[in-house]
Amino acid sequence: MPNTAIKANQLAKWFGEGAAKTQAVKDVSFEAYFGEMLYIVGPSGSGKTTLLSMISGILRPNSGTVIVEDKDIWNLPEDEIADFRLNTIGFVFQDYHLFPRLTTVENVAIPLILKKRDWDESMHEAAKCLEIVGLKERADLHPVKLSGGEQQRVAIARAIVSRPDILIFDEPTASLDGDTGRAIIEFVKTNILSENRCILIVTHDARIFEFANEIMKMEDGRIVGVEKVH
Amino acid sequence: MKGIFRLAFKLLVNDTAKFTALLVGITFAVFLMIQMTSIFAGVLGKSSANVTNIGSSIWVMDPAVNTVANTIPMPDYVLDAIRSINGVKYAVPLYSGAALAKLRSGTYQSVSVLGLDDTSLVGRPKLLEGNIDDIFAENAFIVVKDTEFQKFESPTVGYEFEINDHRGIVVGIAKLASAGLFGIPTLYTTYNRALQYLPNSRFTLSYVLVEPKSIGDVQHIKQQIKALGYLALTKKEFIQRISDFYIYQTSLGTNILLMTIISFIVGLSISGQTFYTFVLENLEKFGALKAIGTKRYELVCMILFQAGFTALIGYGLGIGLCTALIAFAKLRLPSYAAIVTFANIGLAFVMVLIIAGISSYIGIRKVLKIEPFDIFRG
Repeated sequence: MPNTAIKANQLAKWFGEGAAKTQAVKDVSFEAYFGEMLYIVGPSGSGKTTLLSMISGILRPNSGTVIVEDKDIWNLPEDEIADFRLNTIGFVFQDYHLFPRLTTVENVAIPLILKKRDWDESMHEAAKCLEIVGLKERADLHPVKLSGGEQQRVAIARAIVSRPDILIFDEPTASLDGDTGRAIIEFVKTNILSENRCILIVTHDARIFEFANEIMKMEDGRIVGVEKVH
Repeated sequence: MKGIFRLAFKLLVNDTAKFTALLVGITFAVFLMIQMTSIFAGVLGKSSANVTNIGSSIWVMDPAVNTVANTIPMPDYVLDAIRSINGVKYAVPLYSGAALAKLRSGTYQSVSVLGLDDTSLVGRPKLLEGNIDDIFAENAFIVVKDTEFQKFESPTVGYEFEINDHRGIVVGIAKLASAGLFGIPTLYTTYNRALQYLPNSRFTLSYVLVEPKSIGDVQHIKQQIKALGYLALTKKEFIQRISDFYIYQTSLGTNILLMTIISFIVGLSISGQTFYTFVLENLEKFGALKAIGTKRYELVCMILFQAGFTALIGYGLGIGLCTALIAFAKLRLPSYAAIVTFANIGLAFVMVLIIAGISSYIGIRKVLKIEPFDIFRG
């Protein structure tokens, strides 16, 4: 049995009050394991992104707990939650959110700079990560000069540069064509996933389901099914 | 934090268009603020030039006098009355007036004439050429070599001119600390010669210059002179009175204040709006930084650094531009009344800090409000 990376217990989140109250996530419990890629799938509005935000320390749940590495993250003070995100989680956002005024290598180095690492050392580490994602030659270009797939790889390099235990991908193939999307996820599975790392992917894209270890289906804020793929 | 500041710096300066717009806004505001306040300082400095140059401890005048140029003559007995006050070391008369001089070329030039006490020459200027004793010679005048010197045909010792059909001879060229406000040459002569050359009213005593025996006597002397119906002011008080006149009783102070406020508002508008746009354009990126793990205070530091850095560069450029313009103007117009003082620079610095503070406050509010969850939701 692999080690548990994330343990979510009875997570619930609602927005608004009274008649305007919307229950986004309803008493969701699940576990994610190191060495596995867990997909969270479901239609729009099913609560995938809200769930992902709660387990990554971004959105405080109304009830329930999230245990990561034996710590209940929502019992930590605000600054320690920020540290948790910086040290334990790597994010790949749907729109990448790369800084257009920074070079590719500077974009990748951001988490290290936020960790107060030396600038030159951070650039050196970032260049190594760019090499891993096959973009060493693009290090000094600005993101606007890169294709969508390349920008996605830069975002992945930024997510892994601080060697986080958990990687979170939000709709990673939404802005990519089918072949590029598959190539990226295949690359992630082959090169980024390891025994000490857990990857969570929120997606609609059925074309990449084959790479998942486990697929968790959500509807109307609840888990409606879990499927082991590999 | 060094790396975070470097990151903030790159985010700022790599956005060349916004950075330039921010710099232009602040530079322009500082330029206007320094320019306006420098003109003000220049005018105030020049308006008190005679008081500064003559340097008497106490000036006695008619209570209605507001500026050194607009004298109201006092009767001669005032001088004797003052000399009899306990604590007065000495008291001497000073004539201050204006005349039209006919120069050697035949042209006429307005001049300011100061008549010094015949026996003591209290308030005499420092001579560059000639001998001070020559002022007692017939028709003798001393010309001040200031920015207006050339208007008097840049005379040398021995130069002849006329005032009211009286012959005048330049016996000395003097140097003064400060030039006058009205852009006319200044002549020094003796008190009695000044009365002889210039048309007089019934009373002739422009000012009485008083030296107390000790500092402790000043208050007593002032009270005694007040009892005579006249006003005694220390040098500092007289300069302040002249400044107050220009600030409050002419439109000069109001206009300068208005222009300074307008330049502050213009600078604030340009830089505030540009900085706000800069923050808005990068809002999602700041949100992403927050999601990645940047703490609130680090984001605040980044924005403060960006606003502060821009403000300081703009401040330096504004001061440089203004001093260059004033220096250039003084080359072309030697009497140009503008002076950059530490007070001007300090005032502009405070204004720039306020501009940077308000601009960054707007940005910080926006950045702190954005939730990383909004970035996830897209």
